[in-house]
Amino acid sequence: MSLLQIENLVVEFQTASGPFRAVDGVSLKVDPGEVLAIVGESGSGKSVAMLAAMGLLPWTAKVTADRLEFDGRDMLAMSDRDRRRVVGKEIAMIFQEPIASLNPCFTVGFQIEEVLRIHTGLDRRARRIRALELFEQVGIPAAEERLGHYPHQMSGGQCQRVMIACALACNPKLLIADEPTTALDVTIQKQILDLLVELQAEHGMGLIMITHDMGVVAETADRVIVQYKGRKIEEADVLTLFENPKNAYTRALLSALPENAVGGRLPTISELLSDEQIFAGAPR
Amino acid sequence: MLRFLLGRLAVLVPTFLGVSLIAFSFIRLLPGDPVMLMSGERAMSPERHAQVMHDLGLDRPFYIQYFDYLGSILQGDLGTSIVTKRPVFDDFLSLFPATLELSLCAIILAICLGIPAGMLAAVKRGTWLDQSVMGVALVGYSMPIFWWGLLLIIFFSGYLGWTPVSGRISLMYFFPPVTGFMLIDSLLSGQEGAFRSALTYLILPTVVLATIPLAVIARQTRSAMLEVLGEDYVRTARAKGLSPFRVIGVHALRNAMIPVITTIGLQVGVLLAGAILTETIFSWPGIGKWMVDAVFKRDYAVVQGGLLLIAAIIMLVNLLVDLTYGLVNPRIRH
Amino acid sequence: MSTVTTQTGHPSALAEFWYYFSRNKGAVIGLAVFLLVLFVAVFAPLVAPHGPTEQLRDKLLLPPAWMEGGEASYLLGTDAVGRDILSRLIYGSRFSLFIGLVVVTLSVISGVLIGLVAGYFRGRVDTFIMRIMDIILAFPSLLLALVLVAVLGPGLLNAMIAISLVNQPHFVRLTRAAVMAEKSKDYVVGSRVAGAGTFRLMFLTILPNCLAPLIVQATLAFSAAILDAAALGFLGMGAQPPTPEWGTMLAEAREFIQRAWWVVTFPGLAILVTVLAINLMGDGLRDALDPKLKRS
Repeated sequence: MSLLQIENLVVEFQTASGPFRAVDGVSLKVDPGEVLAIVGESGSGKSVAMLAAMGLLPWTAKVTADRLEFDGRDMLAMSDRDRRRVVGKEIAMIFQEPIASLNPCFTVGFQIEEVLRIHTGLDRRARRIRALELFEQVGIPAAEERLGHYPHQMSGGQCQRVMIACALACNPKLLIADEPTTALDVTIQKQILDLLVELQAEHGMGLIMITHDMGVVAETADRVIVQYKGRKIEEADVLTLFENPKNAYTRALLSALPENAVGGRLPTISELLSDEQIFAGAPR
Repeated sequence: MLRFLLGRLAVLVPTFLGVSLIAFSFIRLLPGDPVMLMSGERAMSPERHAQVMHDLGLDRPFYIQYFDYLGSILQGDLGTSIVTKRPVFDDFLSLFPATLELSLCAIILAICLGIPAGMLAAVKRGTWLDQSVMGVALVGYSMPIFWWGLLLIIFFSGYLGWTPVSGRISLMYFFPPVTGFMLIDSLLSGQEGAFRSALTYLILPTVVLATIPLAVIARQTRSAMLEVLGEDYVRTARAKGLSPFRVIGVHALRNAMIPVITTIGLQVGVLLAGAILTETIFSWPGIGKWMVDAVFKRDYAVVQGGLLLIAAIIMLVNLLVDLTYGLVNPRIRH
Repeated sequence: MSTVTTQTGHPSALAEFWYYFSRNKGAVIGLAVFLLVLFVAVFAPLVAPHGPTEQLRDKLLLPPAWMEGGEASYLLGTDAVGRDILSRLIYGSRFSLFIGLVVVTLSVISGVLIGLVAGYFRGRVDTFIMRIMDIILAFPSLLLALVLVAVLGPGLLNAMIAISLVNQPHFVRLTRAAVMAEKSKDYVVGSRVAGAGTFRLMFLTILPNCLAPLIVQATLAFSAAILDAAALGFLGMGAQPPTPEWGTMLAEAREFIQRAWWVVTFPGLAILVTVLAINLMGDGLRDALDPKLKRS
């Protein structure tokens, strides 16, 4: 059975200039222990789709789907209260800007223990022990002292490790990582990616990696979905995709890897392809 | 943190000196003879005039007089009122609790209503609820409070007969002041009905004085909250599966409070200015009414001393607010 | 993500401003009410049914027209000495708007000049100026105005001077902050490199780019001035009777509070409506002039 199964997901936002369709009929599934990468340029609706699955979009968004199931449970029909028991515990998410994603007014220790407090029956001492354990798992040295620090006292990489620790607190079945390394230095990016892959394998959880970076895909994913303007245009396992991309857009994305650069500047994709060419080969 | 505190204190000292200089020069800027103004005596012989001039030290150079004045205020001597014949500082101490009680009640009311109202408006942004809360807040912000007080008197005291018009407690009750707070003293006195009476006297002035701070706090809370609700860490809090109550009431509120606390601190000046009008309307025996009466009775020692004391209170509260600001904002503390 | 519609010919700044301003319904209502008050003030002698100081000995404390005993020609009733309240309110609008105008002009001119100097030259001049502003701001504005009027002598002119003085530090602070923010920007540096003198830099290069917050603050100061002047009038330190200033009218009406509610109600209502209209406009101006809000 799939861990997460989405069929024909549509997300629309009400804006001043009429409804805007951010996600347009996306279907996907993730199995336990699998790493799925969702690739696309910014604005392609890849984050929105995942936020919709977790019920985190603002009320201005209209979410519909033929099927939106996590672990056999219908996430759309679920009450808000029931959904909150799943979100943060069984599905966890980490975000792009680690420093901004942590609350500046609370210590990182508080922010980790908070997750444990609402989702587990652990008492204060047990929570502290678990928090220390998590900090060691994600590779934060001097954990005892660090728990009392505020986000602004830490570096971006450290904050992302804290976010990962928060996400892993309740041993989730699925982790969604939304551009987890984009805001970080190149050397730190590699460390964080390695950490994610290692933890994923160790815990056997499903991992959805949202990214625009084909390098990240190559390094982490089992299977890849390519999204463009809110629609899925290609889906394949990672080897097939890199060796034999079907869609013109995917080919263009792959050729945008720095290794493939010719001359001083890479052409933008919209200069090369029209929407018709891209959507022509898209699966529905 | 200590450095932050010392920095604030370093600014406070010259400001206080400036305030004292203004209060000091004020009496010299007045039209008329300072000897008569300060002694309150009229029709003096030239010898007597010279004698008083010498007694008051007015025949010495300006800067020496100022340093003398500074020396005496540091010892707590602010001169003597020509009306009550008592030291200005003693009068102040006996009247200040009344103003403090009224102002505290007003600011508590303003905070307790303003912050939830602002939060509600922000969370329900763009709905009729938001629009009506903000509409009421703007009316409150535009309110001439002296008229608002009169209207409330017409309705609640005149028409309904629910509340008394002036004073702090019914004449039926008498007890010596212990804390100076009528609500507490009436409880301590053990007299039946005294607390209730004090409360009915307090209620209208509190509402009038709270009106503008309430409106300002509600508006500020809404805009701070709107800003915070769009932040990434609010999304993180929701992704943890926290209830909306906890996301808004703990994660968002704590951050939104940082600018709101500054705003609340600035309301002290607004409250004391409002106290001048409110106390006049309700014959509330506090420092606002004291100052107005002193201006009209030309009791210059009181005006001079009152200006200085009120400015000192405002500066002190602003310092306290800065300290609180450091406490709620870890980015300043560390 | 969004598509930008390119129009032929850039819309004028005024048209763009009006587009954003008119989206705020409250602001448009505020503007309409303000224009009405302005009209009434300018044409007071034509609009008012009676003279502002005209007394009718046989018509003391006449209730409003719709009440028993009221007369149609005295729409809002008469006061304790038989003067028509509506006419006095109409003439009173002249004082309130005049006070607002004078106070804003005085405090804007002095505040902007001082703020420009402080923000442009920095250093000791700046420290000195800002300490003085701190001192003024250490007093509650109404108390300082009250004492100043006591020194200068009660009256409308002195009240206006006092209110301008207590309002002016806000403009100093605002201008200084804006100048400091703008001063290091490239266009100013460019202008200086091109050889612009101090005065040119201060008034023609930097100042026009600091106008938006100043305009918003000026509207707020306008309404605050009306409120403060009315408060001083109410305390007996502003305009003196029989001037039909709204606050002064309230002070005279206080003793009739239990007998004739209309003498107390209408002057205050006039203050509230005028101040509210200006504040509504201020909110609209802030939305229309704040580029941060505009883009979202």
